[in-house]
Amino acid sequence: MFFTSWRAGQNARPTNVAVTVMKQLVVFIRKEFYHVFRDRRTLLILFGLPTAQIMLFGYALSSEVKNISLAIVDFSKDVASQQIVGKIQSSTYFTIQQSTMSYGDMERAFLKGKIKAALVFPTDFYDDLQHVKKAQIQIITDASDPNTATTITNYLTRIVGDYQQEMNQNARVPYQIVTEMRMLYNPDMNGSLNFIPGVLALILMIVCTTLTSVSIVREKELGTMEVLLVSPFQPILVLIAKAVPYLVLSLLDFVLILVLAVFVLHMPIRGSVSLLFAESTLFIICCLSLGLMISNVTSSQQVAMLVSMMGMMLPTILFTGFIFPLENMPVPLQIIANVVPSRWYYLIVKAIMLKGLGLGAVWKETLILMGMTLALLGISLKNFKIRLA
Amino acid sequence: MNQTQEKAISCRELTKQFGDFVAVNKITFDVEAGEIFGFLGANGAGKTTAMRMLCGLSYPTSGQASVASFDVYKQQESIKKTIGYMSQKFSLYENLTVLENIEFFGGIYGLSDKELKLKSDELVSTLGLGPEARKLVGSLPLGWKQKLAFSVAIIHEPRIVFLDEPTGGVDPVTRRQFWDLIYAAADRGITIFVTTHYMDEAEYCNRISIMVDGKVEALDSPGNLKRQFNTDSMDDVFYQLARGAKRSAD
Repeated sequence: MFFTSWRAGQNARPTNVAVTVMKQLVVFIRKEFYHVFRDRRTLLILFGLPTAQIMLFGYALSSEVKNISLAIVDFSKDVASQQIVGKIQSSTYFTIQQSTMSYGDMERAFLKGKIKAALVFPTDFYDDLQHVKKAQIQIITDASDPNTATTITNYLTRIVGDYQQEMNQNARVPYQIVTEMRMLYNPDMNGSLNFIPGVLALILMIVCTTLTSVSIVREKELGTMEVLLVSPFQPILVLIAKAVPYLVLSLLDFVLILVLAVFVLHMPIRGSVSLLFAESTLFIICCLSLGLMISNVTSSQQVAMLVSMMGMMLPTILFTGFIFPLENMPVPLQIIANVVPSRWYYLIVKAIMLKGLGLGAVWKETLILMGMTLALLGISLKNFKIRLA
Repeated sequence: MNQTQEKAISCRELTKQFGDFVAVNKITFDVEAGEIFGFLGANGAGKTTAMRMLCGLSYPTSGQASVASFDVYKQQESIKKTIGYMSQKFSLYENLTVLENIEFFGGIYGLSDKELKLKSDELVSTLGLGPEARKLVGSLPLGWKQKLAFSVAIIHEPRIVFLDEPTGGVDPVTRRQFWDLIYAAADRGITIFVTTHYMDEAEYCNRISIMVDGKVEALDSPGNLKRQFNTDSMDDVFYQLARGAKRSAD
C-alpha cells in the first residue's frame, strides 16, 4: 500500500518525471540487491538464521515427550498385563527399560534417573479384573519435572483406557462411561505445530528489522547517505528503494520457512495460502517500518544490529505467546504484549494454518497490525524528514 | 553559456545558529562562475555547516544565499540537480565495482543509458582503470578511490561542484594528480568550491576565503593575501588569522 499510494501521487506529475523517478528507483533497487548478495553477513541473517531457528525450534526445543524410559513392575504376569505392556511397547513414546524388578530396584532406578516412570501391576490384577471387574494399576512418575510427569501420566492412562475399551467390546458389561480425549487441531500433540507459527513471527521480525535498519544506517555511517541527500534523488525514495528489496527478500524468507515447516516438520496449511501470504506481507511491512524507525535513532551499524536483534528477540519470544502462554501473565505484561506486532501475527498464522479459518476470523488482528504499520511508518517518515532540515 | 554574468554562488549575511551557538555568523561572499574557490578554516570554524547550507542539506537561520542563481530556501531541489558533491568520507560503495558505482550515481542523476555508456568509457580511460573497472571499489588503492569519487561527483556535468576535504589522507603525488582532475573540470567550465587543510592546495585556488569562528576573515587570491599579511607562505597567513580563534577544534 506504501508503494501504490506513492505511485498514485506520481501520476499527477508529468509522465517524464515519473519515468525518471522509476528509472532512479530501479537503479537504486538493483544496487541494494548487489549489496545483499555480496555480503556474507546479510546472506547469513537472511537464510542461515531462519533455517537454523526453525530446525532448532522444530526438533530440539519441542515440548512433547518422547522416548520415555519406563519400568514395568509386573507381579501379576498374566494375559491382561502382557497385552497392556504390548500396547505400550508399540507406541513411540516409551522405551521399556526393565520388565520385572522389585520396589527397591525401581526406587534406585528413579534416583539414578534411569527411568522416568514405572507401571506396577499388583499380584491380583488379573483375578480382580476377571471376578470383581475392577482392577488397579499403579503409575509412578518422576515429578521433579511436573510437566513431563503429567504428560506421561496422560499417555499411560490413555493406553490403559484404550485397552479397557477393547475389552468392553467383547464383554457383556452393560453400561460403562469411557472418557474419550480428542486433541483438537493437533491430534498427535505435535509440539512443533505450536512453535512454528511463533518461530515464523520471530524470524520475520528479526530479519526484517535488522536488515532494513542496518542497510540504512550503513549508508549513514559510510557517508553515502549524505551524497544521496545532496543528489536530486528524493529522500522518500531512499526509503522506498530500501524497503522494496527487503520486502521481496523477506517474502522469500517466508517461503523458505513455510517450505521447511510443511515438508520437513509436517506442518499442515489448512486455510488459504494466499490469505497467509497477504497477512505475512502486512506483517513484513510492519517490521520493515520498525526497522526504518530504528535506523532513524541509531547511527552505527553495530548499535542498529544490537537493537534490532537483541532488542527485538526478547520481547518477541516473551510476548508472542508461543512459549509462555499470555493468559497466565500478570495484566500489565499482557498489556505490553498487545503492542508487540508478532503477537497478532502469531494468532493470525495459527488461525489460518492450524484451524483453517478465513479472514472473517482474523479481521480484528489484521486491523491491529495495519494500524501498527501505519503508525510506525508515519513516525519513521516524519523523523526522516526532520533529520534533513 | 548565458550564465556568465551571474555568480555561481552568492551569500549575503548567511547565518546558521544551533540554539545559542552561532556556527556560521553572517558570512558574505561571491564565487564567480568557472572559478576554483578555496574555502579554508580550522576545524570547527563553520566550513562544513556553511557548505551544507549551500548544498541544500540544511536551512539557514537567516541571511540570503543563492547557488547557480537558485535560492537556498525555496529552490533546494533545483540546486540539487545543478551541483555535484564529494563528502569528507569516501562515499562510493565499496562492494560495488567501479562500473556499477558509475551506473548507480549516473542513474541517480538521471543520465540516459547512452550518456552513461559514454561517460563510463570516458572515465575508465581518463583514470587509466582498464581491467580494474570490473573490480570492487573496496579493493582499489585510496588514491584511485578519491579520483574515482571526484569523477563520479561530476558525472552529470554539474555547474558547481562542492568538495569537502577531498584529499584527506592521500599522498602528495596522488594529491597533485587529483588537482589535475580538478583543473580539467574547471577548464570545462565547472565551478569548484573546495575546502581543504593543505596550504599547498590553497595555492592552487584562484581565490580563497578563510573562516575563523564562523566568520569569513579574509578573501582574496593567494598572492594578494600573502602580500596583505606580509609573508610569502600561505601557512603564515592562515596561522595569523587562526591564532585569534576562540573556538577549539571539534
